[in-house]
Amino acid sequence: MANHAAVFCRKELRTFFDSHIAYIVITIFLLICGWFFFSDLFLVNQASMRNLFNIIPFIFMFFVPAVTMRLISEEKRSGTIEVLVTLPVRDHEIILGKFLAGLILIAVAVILTLVYAITLSGIGDFDFGSVVSGYVGLIFLGAAYLSIGIFTSSLTQNQIVAFITSFVIIFALFMLDKVLMFMPTLLASFLEYLSVSYHFSNISRGVIDSRDVIYYLSLIFFFLFLAVRALENRKWR
Amino acid sequence: MIQIKNLTKRFGELKAVDDVSFDVHTGEILGFLGPNGAGKTTTVRIITCYMLPTSGWVQVDGLSVFEHSLEVRRKIGYLPENAPLYSEMIVSDYLRFVMSVRGIAKERCSQRMKEITDVCGLGSVIHRNIGELSKGFRQRVGLAQAMVHDPEVLILDEPTSGLDPNQIAEIRGLIKELGKEKTVVLCTHILPEVEATCGRVLIINEGQIVADGSPAELQSSFQGKEQIYLELKTPSGDVEGKLANLENVESVEQIESDGNDLKKYTIECVKGVDLREKLFRLAVENSWVLLEMRREQASLEDVFRQLTTS
Repeated sequence: MANHAAVFCRKELRTFFDSHIAYIVITIFLLICGWFFFSDLFLVNQASMRNLFNIIPFIFMFFVPAVTMRLISEEKRSGTIEVLVTLPVRDHEIILGKFLAGLILIAVAVILTLVYAITLSGIGDFDFGSVVSGYVGLIFLGAAYLSIGIFTSSLTQNQIVAFITSFVIIFALFMLDKVLMFMPTLLASFLEYLSVSYHFSNISRGVIDSRDVIYYLSLIFFFLFLAVRALENRKWR
Repeated sequence: MIQIKNLTKRFGELKAVDDVSFDVHTGEILGFLGPNGAGKTTTVRIITCYMLPTSGWVQVDGLSVFEHSLEVRRKIGYLPENAPLYSEMIVSDYLRFVMSVRGIAKERCSQRMKEITDVCGLGSVIHRNIGELSKGFRQRVGLAQAMVHDPEVLILDEPTSGLDPNQIAEIRGLIKELGKEKTVVLCTHILPEVEATCGRVLIINEGQIVADGSPAELQSSFQGKEQIYLELKTPSGDVEGKLANLENVESVEQIESDGNDLKKYTIECVKGVDLREKLFRLAVENSWVLLEMRREQASLEDVFRQLTTS
């Protein structure tokens, strides 16, 4: 299983980099990050990455669906999915391979922002702990967005539809804890727990709690599971 | 090698495949014919484990597509319709990708790659992007992909579409060669292709099998009249009447006459009767000059048309 997933992962990574998707997407990601980061760094006058960790979840809302939108829908559109699923591999190995490839791409993009951390560490009093936990949070957050994007990509042949649907789902999950004041208390704590941003802010604050980790892992598992089911759907229609 | 029993596949109300049963044996090239939407592709997709049937079962080499899907897929090489490929990949990378998914050991890969590029004639494009290739080369890359693991069963959905006549002849030769030891299922619309390559023909229409047999068998069982084409050189006279008066003749039709003495007829007669001897004697009696006489056989195309139109 791990073997097949690794083969698919390698293939997707090659496609990302050969077709220049990776370079374009990473460049735009870094440009936007850089602009947001440095535009108030000197105003705030603090050697803190907090600002960056606040803005990246928003950039991810566009960045991650852009990475995932073609992963399965393009295979469906071009018909290559028929070759793929008639190879002697299980459907979840295909999904897992694509997920890992996306994760590596996101990790590369995020790691490149370490340049900011290195810069800051030279110019001020710098809290390494919160930076590490911030990056851990970003990876979890990105992985959760990825699984949503892969799921929506497995539903359609159309990349644009996949992009928009995953954006809407991610946006809804992100905004859940921003609308709590309009909700009854009982529902509010429940919705808060479902929100991706709530758990992200927990982790990026420097506390890696098992509750937040479990939340992300189960979210990732849930959407990847749905993606596998969507891929298997062809068998039962 | 492939056994199919009572296979039914429904898409909602539509029965794409309706209670189909047949076997394909090792060393057989099966031509799988049918008009568009007859259920060919659906049947093939079930054999290749792309879909599961609504009811009935399929076994490949004794293994069921339900319980041993992975083993079944290992034994099969499949070229889907239109040879879908990753257009952004390089041919050799693509084949290497399929090989590693198929679990072909690294040290065997390069040797196998050489063999397959030779067999499929991919030498000149092996380092090109698939997206830049012509339809013919794409088709051959698809074929290479299907044969890369030297499968026991080869299922090809319209493998020669988009190829030029030379390439078609090459691919047909290749399929024939493979068919000696392997099991080949060839889906196609191109009837001469079936006549040239397949030992057995299966015609499917509206989800049901309407004919099964060798091309020769199908032609002889064709429900039709025997036809004889006759070309005579004769001065005027009641040729048509004399011909029609012969025993067993059902109709005589003059096709064309150039105004001179040349006359062409098609004569329909009762099935199973050979009229040629009588026609010859009649011509001698009347001293007609016999220029041409031949028995018209029902072509596979006639058989196909009759069975698939209602």
